[in-house]
Amino acid sequence: MLTGPENMDPKQPDSAGPPRDEPPVAAEVDLADETSLDDLDTEPMYINIGPIHPATHGTFRVFCKLDGERIEKAAVEVGYLHRGFEKTAETKNFTLVIPYTDRLNYCSGLVNNVGYCKAVERMLGVTITPRTEIIRVIICEIQRIMDHLICVGANLVDIGALTNFWYFFNAREKLNDVLEALTGARLTYSYIRIGGLAWDLPKGFEENVRAALKTVPKAIRDVEGLVKKNRIFIDRTRDIGVMSARDAVSYGFTGPCLRASGVNHDLRKKKPYYHYDEFEFDVVLGERGDVYDRMFVRIEEMKQSLRIVEQALKVLPGGPINIDDKNVVLPDKGKVHSSMEELINHFKLIIEGIEVPAGEIYDAIEAPNGELGFYIISDGSGKPYRIKVRPPCFYLMNGLKKLIEGHMVADFVAILPGLNIIAGELDR
Amino acid sequence: MGVDGIPVTKHETGLITTRLEEVIRWGRKNSLWPLPFGTACCAIEFMSVVSSVFDISRFGAELVRFSPRQSDLMIVAGTINYKLGPVLKRIYDQMCEPKYVISMGACACSGGFYDNYATIQGIDQIIPVDVFIPGCPPRPDAILNAVVKLQEKIDTEPQMGPRQPERERGKTR
Amino acid sequence: MVERVTQQFGGAVEGVDRPYGDVVLTVGRKAIRDVLSHLKEQGFDLLLDIAGVDGLHLGRRERYEVVYNLYSLGDDLRLRVKVFVPENDMNLPTVSDLWESANWAEREAYDMFGVVFEGHPNLVRILCHREFVGHALRKDYPIMKGQWATGTSDLKPDLERE
Repeated sequence: MLTGPENMDPKQPDSAGPPRDEPPVAAEVDLADETSLDDLDTEPMYINIGPIHPATHGTFRVFCKLDGERIEKAAVEVGYLHRGFEKTAETKNFTLVIPYTDRLNYCSGLVNNVGYCKAVERMLGVTITPRTEIIRVIICEIQRIMDHLICVGANLVDIGALTNFWYFFNAREKLNDVLEALTGARLTYSYIRIGGLAWDLPKGFEENVRAALKTVPKAIRDVEGLVKKNRIFIDRTRDIGVMSARDAVSYGFTGPCLRASGVNHDLRKKKPYYHYDEFEFDVVLGERGDVYDRMFVRIEEMKQSLRIVEQALKVLPGGPINIDDKNVVLPDKGKVHSSMEELINHFKLIIEGIEVPAGEIYDAIEAPNGELGFYIISDGSGKPYRIKVRPPCFYLMNGLKKLIEGHMVADFVAILPGLNIIAGELDR
Repeated sequence: MGVDGIPVTKHETGLITTRLEEVIRWGRKNSLWPLPFGTACCAIEFMSVVSSVFDISRFGAELVRFSPRQSDLMIVAGTINYKLGPVLKRIYDQMCEPKYVISMGACACSGGFYDNYATIQGIDQIIPVDVFIPGCPPRPDAILNAVVKLQEKIDTEPQMGPRQPERERGKTR
Repeated sequence: MVERVTQQFGGAVEGVDRPYGDVVLTVGRKAIRDVLSHLKEQGFDLLLDIAGVDGLHLGRRERYEVVYNLYSLGDDLRLRVKVFVPENDMNLPTVSDLWESANWAEREAYDMFGVVFEGHPNLVRILCHREFVGHALRKDYPIMKGQWATGTSDLKPDLERE
């Protein structure tokens, strides 16, 4: 409008703009009174979020019935990455299952390896060497930091804070370089073996780890500075997706999501393994169980993991990494090429696999996402009869329906990444 | 003589003339917009390629668009199982011509080491694929190599007219 | 604690094992729901997992078994409760009203083995697609037999049902 109307007097009723002294008068609809719009004709809208969607990290589908922007009801469907891990594992021997376990929670592949090997070692009745125990602790904590970096980064990206993702991803790349120098792979490491490790630490590993870990506190400081007291962030995450402690336990939550609801349960403290009871670290608890709490429980857990790695690096003992049991561990390669007995031993272990006695066991470790458990039944042959994985994400996804009903679609995008749903683990 | 690899003719007046097809080819291959159909671990490696260390935007494929209507390169990263097969076909059909498909990782190329009841043994059973990248997961350098190979493939194809004249619509193999 | 349960339920508890330091109770089919709700009152508030097992080659008296994995947050105790399910009558009462985590765990046991949980609000396939015929983790299902899906499933009935 290039020219205004002739009558520009603000007090006149047909003037161009609102009167300058009073604020604009709202229409007859009173937004606080929800019944004033009841005579409008509305229909629910059904939308489908997924399986391929920028906000779903992994493939799963959420079918929602919307009332305006609010999700009235939701039905969650998973199984789009079901790869038949459990059936395939029944056809391989115990060592060949290790690469399959890598791909369960692929953001922290070594933790799955450790969980599986720990269960099989308990079944065999062997105790691994002290050096391997501490190395496994260091590796698990580094993977915990890497997993939380991706989870919180993705959560922030979906809320709209893109820069934080790159801060965290940068730190993750530095840690990934250290693990690549150790294992040779970037994502699916398969470094842990039953009875020990694949090979020993390379020279300079400890310095590299310390140097890479220096980038993590800086990244956390940058991100906290941008986000922790940010008004928009708090509005989008406080009291969104609240899960009370009782409900969280009933839904089978474990890990950071359970601790964010206030329940003090961490397998590293309750059922300690690998000398975790000798390390000093705190269990981080949240108060309300909303998105804010889940995110900051993870950030604080990263700080605690840094403490554990520091202490573990100090007490790292020397010694062998594999146990001295020729029925479980491959013999030294030099001897395999020169001595007949080792050659036959190597041959038998590769072709027939490790002979695990018949029986069943359930063993669990505190993975970054919760309690990752393996229920293994062996029938005495070299192949597992049944492996059932207890995936933490499966039960978190079960609770998703309760978390999103009543919230808006934009809140769904904020809630979902906070649960850290990795489709490889969810569907196996 | 060429400008940026395109055969052109330079005139004394300062004008450059070339064929329309060459310009279209240059535009299409240097601005591929990827649609990451990421399901599993390979999707994380794709995220590393987009990040600044490996930087796929050097090759023009920077704008990652999650809508099939707005992209022309579909990178299938991860295992496709029978449940997701119809979804993959539908999204492929929704893309506009010319469209290219890169199959990333062992699982997408051939089912990977999941040879069982749940996994499709290679996405080329349902959609036509241009470049296969082996690896589990392939290094980000391998993905960049695949984008370059795709650009070389576009160099050899006619750009005016439908993309795969010898393959009829609706048939895949 | 185990002695209390055996006393209370007497004949229904068919066996107690202690493999590798865990405690495993075997319970009869009729009493499984009562035993589980008693255990829940005793403090086993976290149902970690429900696993199905096809014991075809293990030579047990019934073919299938369902294993409930329980944890008590107050006492830090683990407990496994097993129940045997015969091939010709694969019904079990649901526990999804006691623990919400049983909702999807039972759906998975149904999808993979065919165990029907009576009273479950929405017992449909969860991991395999809805047109899948058969139960994948049974020992007589051939591992290479893939089944194509012709489309995505309609989720409106699920919405209304839950």
